[in-house]
Amino acid sequence: MERKIRVLLAKPGLDGHDRGVKVIAAAMRDAGLEVIYLGLRQTPEMVVEAAVQEDVDAIGLSILSGAHMTLFPQTVELLKQKGAGRIILFGGGIIPQEDMDKLEKMGVGKLFGPGTTTGEIIEYIKSATRGRRKEEAIF
Amino acid sequence: MAEKSFLDEVKKERKQWEEKNSTKNNDKKFTTISGMEIKDLYTPIDTADINYFRDINFPGEYPYTRGVRPTMYRGRMWTMRQFSGFATPRLTNERYKFLLARGQTGLSVAYDMPTLMGYDSDHPFSKGEVGICGVAVDSLKDMEILFDGISLKDISTSMTINGPAPIIFAFYVACAEKQNASLQNLRGTCQTDILKEYMAQKEWIFPPQPSMRLIVDMMKFCTQNMPKYNYVSISGYHIREAGSTAVQELAFTLADGFAYVEAGLKAGLEIDEFAPRLSFFFNSHLDFFEEIAKFRAARRIWARHMRERYKARKPESWLLRFHTQTAGVSLTAQQPENNIIRTAFEALAAVLGGTQSLHTNSMDETWALPTEKAAQIALRTQQLIAYETGVANTVDPLGGSYFIESLTNKMEQEAEKYFEEIEKRGGVIKCLEEGYFQKEIAEAAYRYQQELEKKEKIIVGINEFVIENEKLDMPILKIDESTEKEQLESINKVKQMRDNDKVRRALEDLKKAASNSENTIPRLIECAKCYATEGEITEVLKSVFGEYHEPAWF
Amino acid sequence: MTVLEQFWKGDQKALATLISHVENQAEDYQKVLSSIYSKTGRAYKIGITGPPGVGKSSLVDKLTLKLCQNGSKVGIIAVDPTSPFSGGAFLGDRIRMQSLAGKKGVFIRSMASRGGEGGLAKSTYEVALVLDAFGQDFIILETVGVGQIEIEVSHQADTKVLVLTPESGDSIQALKAGLIEIGDIFVINKSDREGAPKAVAHLNMILDIKRHTEKWNYPVISTSAIYEKGISELQEAILKHQKFLTSHLLLEKNRKEQLKNELKNILERKLKQLLEEKMGDSFNWEETLAKIYSRKDDPYSWSEKIFEALKK
Repeated sequence: MERKIRVLLAKPGLDGHDRGVKVIAAAMRDAGLEVIYLGLRQTPEMVVEAAVQEDVDAIGLSILSGAHMTLFPQTVELLKQKGAGRIILFGGGIIPQEDMDKLEKMGVGKLFGPGTTTGEIIEYIKSATRGRRKEEAIF
Repeated sequence: MAEKSFLDEVKKERKQWEEKNSTKNNDKKFTTISGMEIKDLYTPIDTADINYFRDINFPGEYPYTRGVRPTMYRGRMWTMRQFSGFATPRLTNERYKFLLARGQTGLSVAYDMPTLMGYDSDHPFSKGEVGICGVAVDSLKDMEILFDGISLKDISTSMTINGPAPIIFAFYVACAEKQNASLQNLRGTCQTDILKEYMAQKEWIFPPQPSMRLIVDMMKFCTQNMPKYNYVSISGYHIREAGSTAVQELAFTLADGFAYVEAGLKAGLEIDEFAPRLSFFFNSHLDFFEEIAKFRAARRIWARHMRERYKARKPESWLLRFHTQTAGVSLTAQQPENNIIRTAFEALAAVLGGTQSLHTNSMDETWALPTEKAAQIALRTQQLIAYETGVANTVDPLGGSYFIESLTNKMEQEAEKYFEEIEKRGGVIKCLEEGYFQKEIAEAAYRYQQELEKKEKIIVGINEFVIENEKLDMPILKIDESTEKEQLESINKVKQMRDNDKVRRALEDLKKAASNSENTIPRLIECAKCYATEGEITEVLKSVFGEYHEPAWF
Repeated sequence: MTVLEQFWKGDQKALATLISHVENQAEDYQKVLSSIYSKTGRAYKIGITGPPGVGKSSLVDKLTLKLCQNGSKVGIIAVDPTSPFSGGAFLGDRIRMQSLAGKKGVFIRSMASRGGEGGLAKSTYEVALVLDAFGQDFIILETVGVGQIEIEVSHQADTKVLVLTPESGDSIQALKAGLIEIGDIFVINKSDREGAPKAVAHLNMILDIKRHTEKWNYPVISTSAIYEKGISELQEAILKHQKFLTSHLLLEKNRKEQLKNELKNILERKLKQLLEEKMGDSFNWEETLAKIYSRKDDPYSWSEKIFEALKK
């Protein structure tokens, strides 16, 4: 049976602009992905806890308030702590190039700016998650 | 209404004209940005049902389709009011003085996210967000710095704040009193529109019922003490930004307006006591004629409902006065200079639609809050329209256009359909709880995104006329960490200097007022005066009212 | 350390991995289930069902808070529909379970129905076994809630809670006698709204007929998940029903019934698998269809032949 790609989407931080994240959620569903949407004002702790329980392949954070340099690093750190470093952390929002470069060095995946198509994001998720999950020994 | 024989002739001639020019051979559909279908040509047939006196009439006359004032911009130019605020109150104060020196005629305060959500700058949730999206205000002290050297009795000030609106309003009133300004003469607007927060912008604190009670408290306080102040600005702006169509923006905003009217009536106020101070705030998007028709329809619908449904007697109660902001969501991060042009078209639509005040976005606003240079160009755009283009020389220059009048009618009809649907579903609050608006808006946003990706709609620099590997060549305003530090020091200083016993007592009095039916506004002003912080006050109110969590939608 | 070893140590990540394994029916998933089966059977399963928009998730949120007050561990399986067009799904139940974030002993898993019928996902039963073996005391199954009767949950849950709102009058009317097939406990949620007492009375009236002939009294409870009213009453009713089932030896009877159902399911699945293997890529459909289409053969004799061959 083909394994479904599971993606967790959330909006950390204080702002409530969820138009983009909802459009992407709908597009991912229509592209055959299973999308777990957490909603607004999620702390990195809440995001990582849900990601572990849901055993997702990727986490997408939408941040438009400018707090990306606080929230992405915290999430990366927590994922490492929980041994869930294989989960791809990607994001969207208004993030200047130099911040993108810094975040990438910290282990954050691709960050998408305004004007990105949903197709590009879905393509990225499909290729980035391919083969990433190493089957662990169960017995 | 036109003569029947004349209309028959137009119909006949039109048919011949179509055949002669094979105009029908083109299958392509033409739609507005909201997906409304537009015909190839509008003629007297499309306006045949219109009765000039009933539906359009003269400016300043019911139903105000052509404008709320008889002379419009010949009498007074619209207020040029640029929404502005960033970092600390000190820096924002400097920006205000800069804008006023450049000819801006009103102020409009943008608060940062923690302030909008009722958190002090030192709250854990505020980390990384202090002063980023607007100015940080924690107590009356910050308000004093914000308006230092600016006389509040002489300038009208608008404030975008909703969840904690009564608290920030109390800071403002306390600040004005410290400047010895009389409340009777204070002009300005507090947004206070919580319904559209639940619907679209999602910056709320308390559940709907207590939030509505706080608005009624403000309504009562202002009706008695501040006759020139708009205590609510019923906003479609954010509904549109969240992805709604033009019709949804129009219908949902006016439906919110009716809900406030009903709340005021339920609280025992007379319609003509409070309705004249209700004001509105719309978005001006890219689809030029659709926007103009939307503004014209809004005035007509409001007037009709206020007079016929709510039986208001005073003409002032029938007037829909509105502020406009150009569509932030229409700006592109790519080739950002193009945003100047987009904003200019949108601003022109707002002016031709008869706005009372206007904010024009800056070209760099997809990236950050505007730099001084970008903010100046945005203001200049308005001044150009006002003083160079000549469009303000006559009132409602597009009135009577077959297309505009027909589109105005269509807007009204479509909005009425939504009112019926909302009524059928049990009213605005019920629709909010069921996620009806949220779903409608999300679906419209998704539809539009799909149109873009299929190139059924074109955005320059996004899905057509793209510059590959474009490098951003534009200075961006940066808010550095010193802002948060400065703000934390400031809040600590306030807490040390104030009389903490007095604060405790004022907060207790507030709690009592909130728990029973006493008006909370005078209590909030007391809290403000002894320098209680926004976060402290919010906590007290939360302990009485609870907190809101978004219910089901999608 | 292997995943199973971590699982027995109480590691949430290992639990999540095993759930995925079972949900995806990965190659050796049956082996996983065999190896944990002896540790299952302890958890008490509560089904929460009802039409869309009645507030099931919010109710689960508040009920779970109550259930874990005395240290009980709760597993939640929240099912949302898989899109028949794309195979994707939007799983949004966690939005309404925010107060459970960071709560010790609570584990929430969102599942897409993936072709499962009757309001549950295809592998809900197996996933519940994994949560059971992990040591969750209660497992809450929240159904899709697509509107029609969700009967599957009654094959899996020990106590079934049907959630309605004051506006559900029509559904009550439509279900009538069928009500108790799908509910042991009835909830009128959003009871702060107009018409709530009437809805409760209406339900009670219909249920009264059943109450005379049955030992269980089918309680109707008014709740408001948002204003946190009636949640304790709901919890008590569930515990009372649990006691009732145990004292009347019904728990064992019902569970054996559930088991029988599951055994049949497994066999059906196996048979289907076998069929798919035999009739897979190598099967010559073209020839078969040509024969039957031209009436040289007929579907009934043909299937008889295939079936005989399969039996060998």
